[in-house]
Order: sequence, then structure tokens, then C-alpha cells
Amino acid sequence: MRPAFSVIFLTTLIGVGQGLFLALFTAQSYALFDLLPKQDDLNFYAHGSALALLFLCGGLVASFFHLGRPERAWRSATQWRTSWLSREVIVLPAFMGTVFLYGLAHLLDWKPVLATLPGGIAIDATVVLGGLGTLLAFALYLSTGMIYACLRFLREWHTPLTVINYVLLGGASGFTLAAGFAALAAPDLARFFAGWALIILLVGLVSRVASLLRNRRLKPKSTLQSAIGIKHPRIVQTTQGFMGGSFNTREFFHGRSRGLLRSIKWLFLAGVFVLPALLLTAGLSGAAGFLAAAFVVQYLGLIAERWFFFAEASHPQNLYYQSVA
Amino acid sequence: MTQLALVIDLNVCVGCQACVTNCKEWNTSGDAGPMVDQNPYGKDPTGTFFNRVQTFEVGEFPNTETVHFPKSCLHCEDPPCVPVCPTGASYKRKEDGIVLVDYDKCIGCKYCSWACPYGVREFDETQKVMKKCTLCVDRIYDPKMTAEERRPACVRACPTSARLFGDIHDPESEVSHAIREAGGYQLMPEWGTSPANHYLPRRKTKLRIREDELERADNPLKIDGQLPKPGMAEPSLDDVTSW
Ligand code: SF4
Ligand code: SF4
Repeated sequence: MRPAFSVIFLTTLIGVGQGLFLALFTAQSYALFDLLPKQDDLNFYAHGSALALLFLCGGLVASFFHLGRPERAWRSATQWRTSWLSREVIVLPAFMGTVFLYGLAHLLDWKPVLATLPGGIAIDATVVLGGLGTLLAFALYLSTGMIYACLRFLREWHTPLTVINYVLLGGASGFTLAAGFAALAAPDLARFFAGWALIILLVGLVSRVASLLRNRRLKPKSTLQSAIGIKHPRIVQTTQGFMGGSFNTREFFHGRSRGLLRSIKWLFLAGVFVLPALLLTAGLSGAAGFLAAAFVVQYLGLIAERWFFFAEASHPQNLYYQSVA
Repeated sequence: MTQLALVIDLNVCVGCQACVTNCKEWNTSGDAGPMVDQNPYGKDPTGTFFNRVQTFEVGEFPNTETVHFPKSCLHCEDPPCVPVCPTGASYKRKEDGIVLVDYDKCIGCKYCSWACPYGVREFDETQKVMKKCTLCVDRIYDPKMTAEERRPACVRACPTSARLFGDIHDPESEVSHAIREAGGYQLMPEWGTSPANHYLPRRKTKLRIREDELERADNPLKIDGQLPKPGMAEPSLDDVTSW
């Protein structure tokens, strides 16, 4: 497939936004049970939510560049019964709204107690909003991942690993950003986030490498024989029926060499996992510079990772478009 | 239930591209708007087509066979392109099984084209919506046309009658007979899309000539060319004249 930068930015940016929100709420949940020090509402939660929203908005804007007719985008919310893309279109704004309310509730210190847990732990509005946001964040990861994982012809994507990778890589980048952000806004949390970022990163490395290994061993299900229904072992296309290219030759071929693909793979393995892991480890002390650098490097790595994700998938339609004459 | 479809005879197709041309001509002139080409007279002309004819070479020289292979939307009975569409622009008609795109609803997200294994959906770079074969839905029900004309443009154009059109769910239709009796098959059956369009395979064509046909057993003189020549103006009959 030809990687589209609109989708690369959409999926990586919202992944960061979701991860950052999950990190914020994780800290709040820990604090609720007195496992972590309580944080300032404005400096930490409100600003953190705003930062998450910034990334989510960036992703939303990027997504419009993918559409031929963005003015009709609202229609894409109608088919949620069957289409994961439609589900994503619904969940993304719902999640953004929840993050906004979560930040706003912290900003205005609007915390009516809605329930009390045994032990006197008060569940206030921000906790409920945070819980809802957490559900929506995972629903969004699921929708985004399933958009690709549900296409059974694109066998590189048609695996639960696709969804798992979206969750883990998005989560890791969000927690890395949270570590950098906390180094400035809540220094006593930086180490906590950096530690979690490292853990998610390692699990993410395992699942991403697992998907790389899986895809390397995939054998195409469709062949030229099944594509045109002739059983002869030797078939070559002499012409695809036109010479100047078509949508089918532009959209489904990345047109790059195998060598470049291999370089991008190593680049993203270094950029998403190795370098950020080193920088995060260095930043465990809470040094903002290391943590910020870890996020920037990782985000650039994620762009390469997503590019590779698309380029790696080979579509069975390509069998029909092999030869110009 | 009706399922309209094309049945394409690979034994007969000569790869003349007449169906491609007539398809484009008919569909670019319709209510749904033109199928605009980019750079039509330039170096890399490109544009939207519903139908393409490709050519494959089967076998190893000198034992090769050239197969011309027309390809358009197969109007799958279980179309994977339909459920993924987020807007409902892609749909399959209940009444006749045609898979269509509503150009007024499509947002041009191209997701459906990813979900079709056959590569038959083409994004229109000018109208910014997804397009594909409609089985000439704007011809086949047009009461102003004669029954003969109420067939897809490609079928009408084919000089060798390689394209049949009809209801594959009606066991007595021409297409059902062809599928049953001439070994009709579907493309990429491994995906379970159950394409409605079928293809008829290449067949061995043998020309049988018996000796007596060469020797003209019915020629009483046993010597060709010695029959009396009738005059130019006389009425002529086969086997009698040799003008
Ligand atoms: S051939 Fe492709 S576009 Fe046509 S119905 Fe089947 S999946 Fe959909
Ligand atoms: S390109 Fe149009 S028809 Fe295809 S999935 Fe998107 S909205 Fe539906």
C-alpha cells in the first residue's frame, strides 16, 4: 500500500493524545488511593488535558486531508453498525469531548462527590469523567486498529497484533510525553511516568517484533492463477490494459525499493524503541531534557513505524497491475 | 431474488478494448457526471475507467497462449467493500444485486477500495468520489430503450459476443446456462466474496476435416476444375460454379 501521510499523522497523533490522557488518569487513580502525591488541578490536570487535546485536534485535522470530500465528513458517522471507520469517527469526538470536560472540571475545581468507596475514598466528577475517558480511549484504539485488522485481504494487518500494537505504541508515546510534561509540571511524577513508559515500550517491542516476524512468514493467499482462474503454473501479464497509470497503480504500490523498506524498519525499531528506552532510562532522574528528547525521537520513530506499517501490506489487487505495455 | 451479472467468455474475447471504450463513452455522458481524464493528451494520460481489458501470456514459449481478460466490478454476492463504507455510499441493491456507489454521499475516503481484493474501484480525481461499474443501471431499466438496447454498454459493444448479461439466480437464463454448461468460474474464490460475474474458461478448439471433404466425394467426375463453367450471367449454385 502507498502510505498516506494524512493517515500516518492521524493515527500517531491521536495515539499520543490517548496515551497522555491515560497517563494523567493513571496518576489521578494512584493519587486517589494515596499511592502518589496529589497534584495541582490547574498545572497538571488542566494543562495536561489541554496538551492531550492539542494532539487529538492535530490528528483530527490530519484526517480531513485524507478525504476527497471533507465537507460531507459528517455522513461518515452513520454506518457504525458495520464499519470500524464509522465507529472511529464517532468515538474520536466523544473522547475529545470527555477529555475537554475532564480538563475543565479540574480547571474549575468542579468536583461534586458522586459516590464514596468503603474506606472513605470519594469518587468525584473528575474520577467519573476520567473513567469514561479511559473507556473511550481504549474504544478509540480498538476502532483505529480494527480499521486495518478487519480487512482480511490485507493479511499483514489481519491479526490481533495490529490492535495490540496500536494500543501499546500509542500508550508508550503518551506516557513518554507525560514523563516530559511532568518533569515541568509535576516533577515528583516524572519518574513514575518514565517507568511506565519504559514498561509499555518493552511490551510494545515484543508485540511489534512479533508482528514483523509473523508478516515475514506470510505466504500470499491469492496468486495470479486464482486471480484470473487459469491453473497453468507459468502466467505473466503482458499488459494491464493502460499505460499512464491509474488509481490502482497509485494507491496500492509504495514504489520504493526493498532496501529502503528494510532501512525504514531498522530506523523505526531504533527510533521507537531503542533510543527512547535509553533516553527514558537516563531521564528516570527527572531530567526534563532527556524526557523531552525521548518523546521527540519516539514520535519521529512512530512516523517511520506507521509508514512501514502501510508499505509492508501488499494488496491482492496488485496481481492485476504488474505490467505496462 | 435477482442477481444481475456479466459472464465473460475468455475463449472468445480478442482484447479489442471495444467494451472499455463504449463503457467509458456511455458512463462519462450520464447523469452521474463525467469520468474525467487527467492529462489526456500528455505524457502520462490517466483517468477513471469502470472496465479494463488486460492481457496475460500463459505457458512457456513456444507453447504460449494469449489470454485477454476483461475486468470490472464483479458485483459480489457478499461484497466486502459495502460494510466497511462509513457513509453508506456503497451499497448492494436488494432488488437486483447490483453494487453501487452513491456519488452524493461518498466522502472519498477510499476505504472501500482497500476492501475490494479485485482492484476494480477507481477514485475519480476530479469529482473526488469513488467510482465503479454500475452494470449500466441507467440503461438496463430505461423504458425509452428497446429490449435489445436495455443491456450494459460493454455487452452491446462486444464484437465477438464474449460478454453475456443476465440474472445468474434464474436457472434458465442464458448466463446460468453458460455457467453450468461451459464451466463458468469465479475469481479469487479463496476470499469467499462470491462474485456474481463469472468467467468462461479457454477451450481447446479443434478443426476436424475429413478426407472426403477435401476430395469432394460428391464430385461425380472426381476431377475438380473440369466441370463445365457456366456463363457469367447465369444463376450460380454452390459446388457448381467456381467463379
Ligand atoms: S468486485 Fe470489488 S467493488 Fe465489486 S462488489 Fe466485489 S468487492 Fe465490491
Ligand atoms: S470512498 Fe466513498 S464509497 Fe468508498 S468507503 Fe469511502 S465513503 Fe464509502
